[in-house]
Amino acid sequence: MNLEKVLFGFFILLAATLNFGFVIGDIGNPEHHDIYELFGALVVSLIATVLKFGDRTQIGAVHLSTSLTADIQLIAATLVWGYAEHGPGDTLSQEMTATIVSLAAGALLANLVSVVFLIAETLMQRR
Amino acid sequence: MFRYQSVFFLVLRRLRMPLILLIVILSVSVLGMTLVPGVPDEHGHPQYMSFFHALYFISYTATTIGFGEIPVDFSNQQRLWVVVCIYLSVVGWAYTLGAVFNLLSDRNLAQAFATQRFARTVRRLNEPFYLVCGYGETGRLVYDALDHLGHRVVVIELNEQRCGLVGLQNYAADVPALTADASDPETLRLAGLTHPHCAGVLALTDDDNANLAVAISARLLAPKLPALCRAVGRETTANMASFGTQHIINPFQKFADYLALALHTPAAWRLLTWLTGLPGTIIVEHRSPPRGAWILCGHGRFGRFIAEALDHEAVPLTIIDRASPDSDAHTWIVGDGTGADALTEAGIDQAVGIIACTDSDVDNLSTAVTARDLNPDLYVILRQNLYSNRPLFDAFESDLNMVPSQVIAHECLAILSTPLLVPFIAELKRRSNDWNMALMERLTEHLGVEVPRVWSETLDRTLAPALCRHLASGATVVIGQLLRDPRDWKRALPCTALLLKRAGNIQVLPSEDTPLKHGDTLLLIGRPEARAELELLLRNEFTLHYVLNGTELTRGWLLKKLFGATTTLP
Repeated sequence: MNLEKVLFGFFILLAATLNFGFVIGDIGNPEHHDIYELFGALVVSLIATVLKFGDRTQIGAVHLSTSLTADIQLIAATLVWGYAEHGPGDTLSQEMTATIVSLAAGALLANLVSVVFLIAETLMQRR
Repeated sequence: MFRYQSVFFLVLRRLRMPLILLIVILSVSVLGMTLVPGVPDEHGHPQYMSFFHALYFISYTATTIGFGEIPVDFSNQQRLWVVVCIYLSVVGWAYTLGAVFNLLSDRNLAQAFATQRFARTVRRLNEPFYLVCGYGETGRLVYDALDHLGHRVVVIELNEQRCGLVGLQNYAADVPALTADASDPETLRLAGLTHPHCAGVLALTDDDNANLAVAISARLLAPKLPALCRAVGRETTANMASFGTQHIINPFQKFADYLALALHTPAAWRLLTWLTGLPGTIIVEHRSPPRGAWILCGHGRFGRFIAEALDHEAVPLTIIDRASPDSDAHTWIVGDGTGADALTEAGIDQAVGIIACTDSDVDNLSTAVTARDLNPDLYVILRQNLYSNRPLFDAFESDLNMVPSQVIAHECLAILSTPLLVPFIAELKRRSNDWNMALMERLTEHLGVEVPRVWSETLDRTLAPALCRHLASGATVVIGQLLRDPRDWKRALPCTALLLKRAGNIQVLPSEDTPLKHGDTLLLIGRPEARAELELLLRNEFTLHYVLNGTELTRGWLLKKLFGATTTLP
């Protein structure tokens, strides 16, 4: 067992699971989406990105790009959330919640692709 | 050796730990800020900070900007957590910045950046360039001359200080230079050995093995490229020749050949020095080495070549060396050439010339001074090993100075600037002394004494389109007709054709009325400005027409109708 591999897989999977947890629920209902979960998803996703730095293989490059996609989507979601909470509206409306969740759902897709790569790579290595 | 393209990834990889630490510290701080209860509102409920405000607060606190407690004053619980955050973030930032500066000052990384920049510059070169390995004395001489002739050069040099000198010289073109070992094929590839615009490789380092490595790399990676390799040892020379290195330059052998030529046909030797001199210099008239008894001081690598050359010319030779004789072919004096005793014993008063060629400059000068004191008419040939000793050698005024770096530089230039010069020089060596003397007189009368430019001109569709179209129309053009001044056709251009190459046949000194044909290559000698004028003639139909006929070609259909096809100039 390799601790590095454990950490790598852990963060990638955790990013996807947290993201999924946040996205699931009624898309327009603010009560179904916990802001701490979004925060957690973003932080874990950022750490997963940094873990992928410096991997120069072909699959490593694709890994990094999926992570970057997830980061951008999640950062966009948090920006929208900050704007909705503190902007002119001052409360989280249904439309705003829907925007945040759909952005996070995009990130989920990227994170799922990342997980698929992880599985594919693990299967390919046969050890 | 890591791949140079990936310096960016190398930096990212080295910063992985600090970045993760920073993310963790910031997120823990922000999370804590949102969880710690703040000052209660009017209903007594504690207020919690939002993520937005928490991130805002942590960002300006962690970076030591410190705007204060925003948006409302903090509760004591919040202040307690902020104390933790401040110390955490200071550690995080200090560690990250430390890692970044450490990385930036890393010599390996700086070298990797320099290499990457160098490789990029070379890759983007879009004109022919020469790859020079070694920027020592020889490299610099060759380099200066190539730059003077308007060629681009890429330099590889092992010594960092010497490599730094490249940037300090006042060169016309930008010089990509890399501090690296030229014997590494990867380095050569980065420096453009396989680049489509690479015009030639020059291995001029002072290490025979490195030169050999460059030669073999060039032979295998770029077999069509002309490779010029310096070799001092006999084994290296033989080794290079064994795998077909095109031009092996052994300065000692070259000089010995020249000396033999100077003894055999002095005029050919003088013409040769003039033809292959460094551009823009004036060759001072030397007296030629006389025939008679010679003394050789120092029977080392160079001395052996000289002895062979003199034997071949059947010149009686006495050798002075500290070592005992290895053969009894020559009169051999075991002793110190710098002292009067050994020189007198060698018969200095009857000798006509002395060659001081040990590998110590001080010994050589000392021998020469003593010898000239004993016999003032002596012809003195001095070997100068170090360029920095030049003032001493200049002050002594020897008859002939052998500087290995200069011999190599001359040879390189002759080969590179004009491949056709080599057969011409071979022809010079075959001809008689009188023939050479007459040619030299004719050329200097026409072109002046300054070292001329020698170049070749191929008459094909890309390089001489105007002339080729003219020839294709059935007209006959002879050499004398072509070499005319484009401003005044009655005047000849200051240049002469030395050689005409047509379908593999070589004609030396073609006469003025030799008709030219499509595909001919001419070797020309002349003043630098004549080359530009001639190239204009070959490319521009109007200039060509004027030079051939003395009349101006009319442009355009309407003007032709009005004025006729040609106008005569006043």
